[in-house]
Parts: sequence; C-alpha cells; structure tokens
Amino acid sequence: MDFFHLQPAEWQALLLTLKVAAAALLVALPLAVLVAYLLARYRFPGHGIVNALVHMPLVLPPVVTGYLLLLAFGRKGPAGAFLFDTFGISFAFNWAGAALAAGVMAFPLMVRPIRISFEAVDPKLEAAARSLGAHRMVAFLTVTLPLAVPGILGGAILGFAKAMGEFGATITFVSNIPGETRTLALALYTATQTPSGDLAAFRLTLIAAAVAFVALIASEIFARRLRGRLGGGHD
Amino acid sequence: MIDVDIRGRVGRFDLAARFEGHGVTALFGQSGAGKSTLTNMIAGLVTPSSGRISVDGTILFDADKGIDLPVQARRIGHVFQDARLFPHLSVRANLTYARWAGRRSGTRDFGEVVDLLGLTALLSRKPETLSGGERQRVAIGRALLSGPRLLIMDEPLANLDHARRNDILPYLDRLCVEAAIPILYVSHSIEEVTRLSNTLVLLSQGKTLAFGTVADMLAREDLVRVTGRREASALVSGTVTRIDSDWDLTHVDIGGAVLQIPGMAAEPGAPVRLRILARDVALATVPPQGLSIRNALAATIESIAGETGPYAEILCNLGGQRIRARVTRASVSDLGLQPGRSVTALIKSVAIDRGQDTPAPPV
Repeated sequence: MDFFHLQPAEWQALLLTLKVAAAALLVALPLAVLVAYLLARYRFPGHGIVNALVHMPLVLPPVVTGYLLLLAFGRKGPAGAFLFDTFGISFAFNWAGAALAAGVMAFPLMVRPIRISFEAVDPKLEAAARSLGAHRMVAFLTVTLPLAVPGILGGAILGFAKAMGEFGATITFVSNIPGETRTLALALYTATQTPSGDLAAFRLTLIAAAVAFVALIASEIFARRLRGRLGGGHD
Repeated sequence: MIDVDIRGRVGRFDLAARFEGHGVTALFGQSGAGKSTLTNMIAGLVTPSSGRISVDGTILFDADKGIDLPVQARRIGHVFQDARLFPHLSVRANLTYARWAGRRSGTRDFGEVVDLLGLTALLSRKPETLSGGERQRVAIGRALLSGPRLLIMDEPLANLDHARRNDILPYLDRLCVEAAIPILYVSHSIEEVTRLSNTLVLLSQGKTLAFGTVADMLAREDLVRVTGRREASALVSGTVTRIDSDWDLTHVDIGGAVLQIPGMAAEPGAPVRLRILARDVALATVPPQGLSIRNALAATIESIAGETGPYAEILCNLGGQRIRARVTRASVSDLGLQPGRSVTALIKSVAIDRGQDTPAPPV
C-alpha cells in the first residue's frame, strides 16, 4: 500500500466532509448575514431572545443540539414530518442532515463577526446613499454589504472550519453511516474505536490537517487581495 | 424656491419652523438650535408631525394630504458635515453613485461639475487619501450630480481648519452663483452666511424667529442676540466706480456716498457686497477734521438699542442702506444721540463680502 495514496474510504470521507461543509455554508451564510444585519441595525421586540437562540448551539453540549435536531427533524419530528410530507425532503440519517447539523453548529460562529462588522459600518452612509436616490435594499447592497465583507469572510471561514470538524451533533442526529454521514471527524472516531486502527487514525489526522492548512492559506490570500481592493482601511 | 412650515418632535426636542427662501437660503443658529433636525425633516430622514414642505412647487411633505415622499424620491442633494463619502469606492464612483445606484439621470454634466469643483486630479483616488476640504468638494459634487431639486449643505465647513475653509470658499462662491437650484446652507458662522446667501432664516431653540434678506436680517436686534455683539454687522451693496492705482484704493458707490477700500480685486462697474462690523464704526456729531480714517460719511440715526451693559447698538441710515455702529452708552448720552439725528459715520474697515453679487430676489 502506497502511504500517499488515498484509499476509497478515505476519499469518500474527505469528499463527503467537503460536501457537507459547503452545503452548510451555502445555506447558513446568507441567513447569518440577514440575522447579523437585523441584530446590528434594529432594536425590535424579542431582540434579546433571537440573539440568545442564535447563540444557543455555542453553549449547549453538541449532543444536546443533535438530540433536539433529531426530535424536530427526525421522520417523526414535527418539522421533519412536515418537510417530508410537503416537499419530500428528509434530513434523517443522510448527508443533508449532516449538513443541517453542521450549519446549526456553525451559525453562531458566523453571526458574531458579521454582526460586529455591520456595527462598524456607519449607518449614516446608508442615509447618504438614500439621499442619492438608492432604495434601502440598493443602499445595503452597494454600501453596507461591501464594507462588511471582511467580517463576512471571517465568519465564513470560521463557519466552514466548524462545519468541517463538527462531531457531536452530527453523530447524535444522523448517526455514523459510511458514505452518507461519516465525515472525516466521524471516520477518525471510528478508527480510534477499532482495534489496530492507529495507522488509519493517523492518516485521517494528516488529511484533516492538510485540508485545514490549505483552507487557511487560501483564505489569507483571498483576504489580502480583498483588502487591497477595499483600500486597506478595513483590517 | 423652498417653502417650509412644519412642526415636529425628536425625543424631547420640539421644532417649529416656518420660512420661505429664494436662491441661497441660510439657516442660521447656534449649536443645538435644531438646524440638523430641521434639515433631516426636509430631507425626509425624520418625519414631522404636521405641516408641509415644498420646493419649487413640488410638495415633498404634506401632513393634511398624507403626502410623505421617501428620502430617495425627494431628490434633495444632501452635503453632510462629515462628507460621508463611501470609503470603498473611488472618487469617481462616489461622484457617479446617484447614476448607477440611484438610477438618477442628472441634468448636470459630469465634466462640468468636476471642473466647477476642481476634482479632475482626484477622480481615481480613494476618499481616505483626501484632505478634509477635498472630501467636502467631492461630497458637494456627488450631491450636485444626483440631479437634485434642492441642495442642502449642512455646515460643510464646520470640520475644516481655517486654511482649508479658505480653500473651499471660492468654490462655494461659484457654486452659489452658478447653481440653478435653490440651496439651503446651514451654518453657525455669520461670516459664511453673509458671504454666500440671499435669504437668512434665524433658528433658535427649535423655532424659526424670523427670515428675510440677509441685509434686513443683519439689521435686526434679535440676530445680534444670537450671534453675539462682537459679530454684529451690516451688509451694504454697491458698485465699483474707480480703481485708484496710485494709492491702491477701490472706490465703491453705495448709493450717493462713496467708500474707499484698500486693495480690492474688482473691475469698475462690478457689483460688490460689503460687510461692515458694528465695532468698526464710530459716530461723530460734527464732521471731524484731521482724521486718518478715509471713510467718513453722512448718516441719520434710525434707532438705538441696548439699555443695559456698557454698549449701545445704533442703526444708521446711509443713503437708503443701513449700517450698524457700536458705541458706549456713555457716548450716546454725552453726544445726545437719538433717532432722527444727523451724524457722521466713521468706518475703520470694510470686509469685502463677495465679488459678484447675485441679484437679491424679492422676499
């Protein structure tokens, strides 16, 4: 066996991990931007409750979050039953469920930096944009959103990293099914539970480390280019 | 023409404003008088509780008819005190923002505005690399290029030091003369106000006390109360009649009487507006002799104000125009000064307010 040649099971876990994390990011990021903007700009009734709910997965034991997801989105759960009956969508024991768990766990980590960067954008700039004829939405898209991009990027990186490594909520909610929900973290856990699985565990550790390293370098290059384009005033 | 008659409340601050203005209207008042609240209501950023606002016949707000145009539909170019340029966009993209984001097709030509404000060299730069004065010029250009029906300038010079202020004032002079739209110029500097505007609105503690032509308003006692005695002054308009190059003096006819003003750049025949501070005017009951002051003109006392304190404000009529004199109450008593009495006004110095005068429209 060539040490540097990935085995099918490893490939499977790696690709699945990337797929789950990407799907989680794709769905959760726009939602995180919306929630962060609302929390940053508006004081509405229930502001504190929304804020607490968003941050719940951060403070709850991941197993609890996973179990709550199972109760709500399992086949017999109210949300799960509704989605399956209405749209034929199921989160039970499949990769979409893994993505849902990863997205929920990553959500507070995304909202926080995005909210902070929205709060740093002077709302008076939006008033200026509107005095120049821009509607609220256009003012948001052309002024506030671009100025908050560094924070959104930070939130996305943090969220993606969390989604890649999510373990507790995933294994509780959608179990540990090879090819369906067994991401790198779960595969590593499985290897450590197997007698003579040390080498496999070590290989998976190397793979996870390599992916994280490449992602960090890529985001750093991206952030540097972005700063150049924004004029350098937004560290 | 801008026509405002509104009432409103922001937090605990009550505002009641009523005025109309032509050309350049100055909104004058001390800090906390409610200037920004009033401009925010006119711009649509704050909603008044009652009244109406119209510009050149277009109703922007009318509580009775239920009209309240949103900010982006009011077409008001707003130049903010803090410029508020978009930091992530170049100067060019800031200037054209109203076209690409606001879907406004301005009536003004891009090149013309860039020339007017001297922005050519700045176009590709980012706002953070600009000086305070340059930022304000870009902000003014951006507002002009949004095709506004009214331009609000909210203390555009307040955050600038003296040198920057002097850099930008000539641009404002040109703008106020050339802009084909009404301008509302907010300021707490009487110097800027008299230099730039036609109509003056006096705002104090959330209420408009009075409005009228700048010359009329400067003659009012209640303005002095707001500006403070040191700034009490009068505006006089006249025509350059002669340049005396031997002595470097410019002769200005102010309606019968001629003032001699040192070293002024103007052509004979040019209309000028002059600002004369009350503290630079002394009065004599008989024409004095052997005096170094060149401007000693016959005048009639119109009124005397100031019953307390050491000084009295004396309003004098000088061939139909009014000037103010600030003398001690003791002198008023000793010289027997009273309304109707003929005196000689001794004018120590004259400030040139602006080279070209726009015809003052009727108010």
